[in-house]
Amino acid sequence: MAHSAAAQPTRRDFLYIATGAVGAVGLAATVWPFINQMNPDASALALASSEVDISSLKEGESVTVKWRGKPVVVRNRTAKEIADAKAAPLSDLKDPVARNANLPDDAPATDANRAATGKENWFVMVNVCTHLGCIPLGQEGEYNGWFCPCHGSVYDTAGRIRKGPAPENMAIPVYSFMTDTKIKIG
Amino acid sequence: MTMKTLSTKLAGLGLGVMLAVSALGAGAAIASEEGGESAQPTHFPILKPTLEPWSFAGLFGSYDTAQLQRGYQVYKEVCSSCHSMHLLSFRNLAQPGGPSFTEAQARTVAASYQVQDGPNDAGDMFERPGRLSDRFPSPFPNPQAAAAANNGKAPPDLSLMAKARAVERGFPWFVLDLFTQYEEGGPDYIHSLLTGYKEPPAGLQIPPGLHYNPHFLSGPAIAMPPPLSEGQVTYTDGTPQTVDQYSRDVSAFLMWAAEPHLDARKRAGFQVIIFLVVFAGLLYYTKRKIWSKVAH
Amino acid sequence: MSGPSTYQPQHPALKWLEARLPIIGLVHSSFIVFPNPRNLNYFWTFGGILAFMLVAQIATGVVLAMHYTAHVTLAFNSVEGIMRDVNSGWMLRYLHANGASMFFIAVYIHIFRGLYYGSYKSPREVLWILGMIIFLLMMATGFMGYVLPWGQMSFWGATVITNLFGAIPLVGGSIVTWLWGGFSVDNPTLNRFFALHYLLPFMIAGVVVLHIWALHIPGSNNPTGVSVKDKQDTLPFHPYFTVKDLLGIVVFLIVYSYFVFYMPNYMGHADNYIEANPLVTPAHIVPEWYFLPFYAILRSIPDKLAGVIAMFGAIAVLFVVPWLDTSKVRSANFRPLYRQFFWIWAVVAVGLGYIGAMPPEGGYLIAGRILTVYYFAHFLIILPLLGLFEKPKPLPASITESVLGHGGAAVTAGAPSAPQTK
Repeated sequence: MAHSAAAQPTRRDFLYIATGAVGAVGLAATVWPFINQMNPDASALALASSEVDISSLKEGESVTVKWRGKPVVVRNRTAKEIADAKAAPLSDLKDPVARNANLPDDAPATDANRAATGKENWFVMVNVCTHLGCIPLGQEGEYNGWFCPCHGSVYDTAGRIRKGPAPENMAIPVYSFMTDTKIKIG
Repeated sequence: MTMKTLSTKLAGLGLGVMLAVSALGAGAAIASEEGGESAQPTHFPILKPTLEPWSFAGLFGSYDTAQLQRGYQVYKEVCSSCHSMHLLSFRNLAQPGGPSFTEAQARTVAASYQVQDGPNDAGDMFERPGRLSDRFPSPFPNPQAAAAANNGKAPPDLSLMAKARAVERGFPWFVLDLFTQYEEGGPDYIHSLLTGYKEPPAGLQIPPGLHYNPHFLSGPAIAMPPPLSEGQVTYTDGTPQTVDQYSRDVSAFLMWAAEPHLDARKRAGFQVIIFLVVFAGLLYYTKRKIWSKVAH
Repeated sequence: MSGPSTYQPQHPALKWLEARLPIIGLVHSSFIVFPNPRNLNYFWTFGGILAFMLVAQIATGVVLAMHYTAHVTLAFNSVEGIMRDVNSGWMLRYLHANGASMFFIAVYIHIFRGLYYGSYKSPREVLWILGMIIFLLMMATGFMGYVLPWGQMSFWGATVITNLFGAIPLVGGSIVTWLWGGFSVDNPTLNRFFALHYLLPFMIAGVVVLHIWALHIPGSNNPTGVSVKDKQDTLPFHPYFTVKDLLGIVVFLIVYSYFVFYMPNYMGHADNYIEANPLVTPAHIVPEWYFLPFYAILRSIPDKLAGVIAMFGAIAVLFVVPWLDTSKVRSANFRPLYRQFFWIWAVVAVGLGYIGAMPPEGGYLIAGRILTVYYFAHFLIILPLLGLFEKPKPLPASITESVLGHGGAAVTAGAPSAPQTK
């Protein structure tokens, strides 16, 4: 900062700094719309909920629906599947957190916290492997829950990761029962 | 020569030539400029639209929420029986800067329509109540059906109507419009058209099935019969139930439908221009400071 | 772009880079210390304004392409999706659409300035021709961009303009079919126009680099038209012209913003908010305003081939202006006759634009023909003869003299010859 003309250096510097700062603010404000335009648009956000009719699902049957472009499995679990899931001690779980968007973030990964509240046979889950996003196959693998063919992650009948590279239990989306036979996801 | 004298000279000469050319052109054929109704109209529209005061005009204009709600009611109860509006969704009714229905109200409106969905697991299409994400249903399945049901002329989609019609402003108005910030040609046209039906002048033959309207852009007569009548739509807010009022409300609604972000646009514009003026002022003094030591 | 660099990097990392790729030195010599005539007026900021507009158009265009679908069944609705649903989409699209108009306003002022001050004359002929190539590429880009929203004016503008090539004898029909990729303007046409509309701006950017390169060999012309004689005549680009150009850009941005936020559809045409319909022609087809003078020339000639030749000739004649103008004096400020004829020509060009927007009938047709003849006469008859008969005013001995007045040598001591660093 060598001032050649030293008549009123402070006022001059103030002018330069003010101009530069205003220019920088303008540039930053201009950049934002160019970034934000890549976020989901209003039509994508409006499709953020799906309704599923489950009246025809018998015990042991599942239905997969698309929600936000991802498969969501709704399963009417068998008594054995529920019992198996309940029997697993929490200490065996690789991920001890429920990952249920309807519950607090720190809820433990018990079967009750994974299944529908008060309707333990109903199980709703985003069927996407938490490893790298493949779709695990249902009723397969060592725990007869889900098995991901891509890299061998094994999930139990409550969709909890038990073996393999995946770091987390599969996610439970926000959902609610509109009636006894209708679920709204999202 | 300084920049100022150059530009004033240019502006003066430019205006001059336009005046000269306009006079030349007008001398030949442009009798319609003054807008007289006659038995042999040659230029359309026969009458220019009247300029109305709109709440959304001007630098600080914004939509009148109550008016948009009434306009939607007119659209729904009158226009929508023939005209589609396929670019709009029910969710738009609840978005900010629009009619601003509550989300619950918009949901109720949507659910009052049956919307085709499917195919279901059996491969069949089925009907279900509308949701917020659904588009406004169209009254006809395709343009051919619309034409067949309406005397061979399909009623146009209204989504963009307020921006898709413009009456030539002519010199010098097209220059003045720049300074008066006139961009309401669409709603002015729609309002003039909707309230412009009348008896044709003596000697002008109107083909059967058409209706004389001197405000119509593409001929002396329009296929649409006069759509509005006194007391046709029941307003609950005490607004007069006249054709003129219906027409104003639906014109405003159509402007919103065509330009749903107008409020945000004008707000952002004010902020941007204030910012730029301040920045330009700072740059001007910076530039003067930098150049103050040198002759130029 | 101005010979060997005087840049001396201090930091070891910069030295290392400079020894391998002297890019900082290039920027330093081109945009920091580059000597510019000290008497440039604000018309010379339009070069910087144009560079800014090119970047702005590319930036907004790239983000719009992320949401646009180049298919006849989807294009119109995808543009409306941008306008209605995409975050700030309405702003990005209005910026881009009005940006095209602002780009052309700036380029016309830039060209008029070149014609007024004789910037095309030796030794700047190649600079001028490169500028004309940019102008042509801009027109092609603007035309194809206008087709993309797939409204009625898009479709019928595309039909009319591509049909121009049908005027070429023998192969015209085949060329038009080839341009269309079918037997009318249709999906293949839209798709290739989108691809080319995305490509051409980068070609423009390439020619702009050549344009700046060719500018930096002789340096900028100036309002006196007198060549730079010594260092006193110039000031370093930075900070003098960077701040001046930036001021010009920001003032230009105010006008641009006014259109984007308050008159976004003023430069457009209402019919383009109606989806393209190959079975219905709008009553009155008008191209974008920046083509109107050329469109008026096309329509004023009642023969297809001759009309097309005249239209392209109106642009071609600009390429050879350096050789049509026989005067040795550059600036119109010192050419009393040329100055008057320049303004007459400028008014004729604006008048042609007005006529291009009017229906081709009656008085407009006659006026269009008169102005077309004058447009060509200006370049082909008046310019060559003026140089022979005109008596120019006395020129200043140097730029410095013109700035300081006669005998102003004493004042030159205060003029810095190197940039003020801060």
